[in-house]
Amino acid sequence: MNEPKIIPLPPVPEEPPSAPHRITPSPMIKTMLPQTEMGSPVAVAPVTPSAVRMFLQAKSSGRMADGAFASLMVVCALSIFAIVILIVSVLVSHSQLSIKAFGWHFFSTRTWDPVSGDFGALPFIYGTVLSSLLAVLMAVPLALATSIFLLDICPKFLQAPISFLTELLAAIPSVVYGLWGVFVLVPIIRDQAGPVLEKYLGWTGLFVEPNFGVNMFAASVILAIMIFPVISSISRDVMRAVPVHQREAVLALGATRWEMLRIGVLRNARMGIIGSVILGLGRALGETIAVTMVIGNHAAIMKNLFAPGYTLASVIANEFSEATGDLYLSALIEIGLALFLVTIIVNAIARLLVWAVVRDNAGSAH
Amino acid sequence: MKTKLLSLVAMAAMTASVLPAVAQHLTGAGGTFPNPIYQRWFTEYSKAHPGVQINYQSVGSGAGIRQISQGIVDFGASDGPMTDKQLADSKQKLLHIPTVLGAVVPAYNLPGLSAELKFSGDVIADIYLGKITKWNDPRIAKDNPGVSLPNHPILPVYRSDGSGTNYIFTDYLSKVSPDFKQKIGSATSVQWPGGVGQKGNEGVAGMIRNSPFSFGYVELIYAESNKMLFGVVKNASGNWVKASTDSVSAAAAGAAKAMPADYRVSITNAAGADAYPISSFTWLLIPDPSKDAAKGKVLHDFLQWMLDHGEAEASSMTYAPLPPAVIKMVRKTITAIH
Repeated sequence: MNEPKIIPLPPVPEEPPSAPHRITPSPMIKTMLPQTEMGSPVAVAPVTPSAVRMFLQAKSSGRMADGAFASLMVVCALSIFAIVILIVSVLVSHSQLSIKAFGWHFFSTRTWDPVSGDFGALPFIYGTVLSSLLAVLMAVPLALATSIFLLDICPKFLQAPISFLTELLAAIPSVVYGLWGVFVLVPIIRDQAGPVLEKYLGWTGLFVEPNFGVNMFAASVILAIMIFPVISSISRDVMRAVPVHQREAVLALGATRWEMLRIGVLRNARMGIIGSVILGLGRALGETIAVTMVIGNHAAIMKNLFAPGYTLASVIANEFSEATGDLYLSALIEIGLALFLVTIIVNAIARLLVWAVVRDNAGSAH
Repeated sequence: MKTKLLSLVAMAAMTASVLPAVAQHLTGAGGTFPNPIYQRWFTEYSKAHPGVQINYQSVGSGAGIRQISQGIVDFGASDGPMTDKQLADSKQKLLHIPTVLGAVVPAYNLPGLSAELKFSGDVIADIYLGKITKWNDPRIAKDNPGVSLPNHPILPVYRSDGSGTNYIFTDYLSKVSPDFKQKIGSATSVQWPGGVGQKGNEGVAGMIRNSPFSFGYVELIYAESNKMLFGVVKNASGNWVKASTDSVSAAAAGAAKAMPADYRVSITNAAGADAYPISSFTWLLIPDPSKDAAKGKVLHDFLQWMLDHGEAEASSMTYAPLPPAVIKMVRKTITAIH
């Protein structure tokens, strides 16, 4: 370590001779030093500057700081792995009983019978995946249309209110969505939308009476409304980031407005748009309370969207607090593990799709 | 300076050793059904006994049983009795002490109908089993002569969250319908063959209120405090009985004659001319002996207070109080608690 420079001073008359090696502190240090030392007759010599100062003056401090910063960042980044490993290990270790009892059949059987202790997750997996996919199907066109409108077509005075309201939707707590679903959406689906859907789309087998309002369809609609702001605001930011000259170039080639948006904007922003859809999907898969309030909580696999369903997150929320018996509890924790796996698999499939599309396009372009 | 400090430390040590005897903090956890009256009891007991604080968390009976079995809390509470296996698995010996009674009532929504409907147990069971699907089914009509019932499908609504209410209701239906017992059985959550599930009393009640032609079940307290229309049920003696604190206490009195010493008894479908059949005790789970003798003393004292003062307040909160014969039994039991 480098020694700090000590500048010896000739003894000053009013100072006692016992302090010959006083350093002259820079004005800044002077103010930092305790006053008593300045005029003290028993001042100890030599007085060194503070450790912090010495550290900062040291030549290698920059390298050390960089090293410390880098290792701090590595620790933070690695903590993500630690968190994921902890979650998985707790889920797996607490669901041992159920894993041993049912094995892989847990993910492929339809019974969920706490009385006889027979558990299978298939109806819940089906409900989770179906409601989320339907929600994405409904939300994506709406969200993209909103983004494009805001970006290019919307008159200036409308831009601020619409984007403000979109972001407001994202901030509403899910239990409020649930209440709104119970009091507003469910009666609409039962009395107004239901009969119309059955009349025109009943032949598909997806909309068959009886329709009590609380069903898979209601859950998908409420999820679509909840993920709409996520997809909309992110995709708008992505589209806005497309350089203006890209659009100008397309327009200069004689493209119409729609062609300009399609070729100049949507095509360039597609990665970001797909990213926003994946984020929305993630929120839909894990959403609990709003779905529980409108889905009907019936563990069955039905093609009919007017039939009640059940999701992985809902069954945990519903049954965990009153679950009696070790196997029952263990099966509920394995449901949590199933939700974790479903989320990972759905995300992986989405990313694979993106990768395949991008690689294909890149190949054909060049 | 040093002596001052020493004396301070000594004082702190003294207060620390004295404090536990003065201030007692007890924690309990368990069912949501008795939560309102427990909160009131514990608040009043603390007022009458300065320095004692009892904190009750209504986390659900299942969680309450788990926590007291592992000794995490000082006492538990449950809306259903613990099974033999649960008692055997518990880390400490637990006593069931009945506190108050509750009931479950059938609720329904038939537009334009103001008459009070009657349901016998097997009819309710078959509605949930999917054997009775229309309101004008001859079996419903037979119990309700003179009422014009609509030719409309019934929407059965059930509690989707695990709950003591589910336990009491399915326990009753299992007793009156062998078919229900075999196909569904009784538990805090069961596999319902049809209908829609809603979370909590408020969820079921809201669904029934908003859905014409629906049928469901809620706790008596909830139905009364929300002025809901609910049905009359046929009891074991063949009488039609409407749920009330009196008819629920009557069910407990009917069961008191054959009360086992550990109080783990189901009083659904109880004998007695006025007994309401879908009734149940709710229990406190008291460790005997307590890990901490001082806390055991507080619990003992609280139970005494509950019998002397607490029970009198039950009916004002629409809980049915314990019948005198059971109070007598419980008094005897708690004198033996360590």
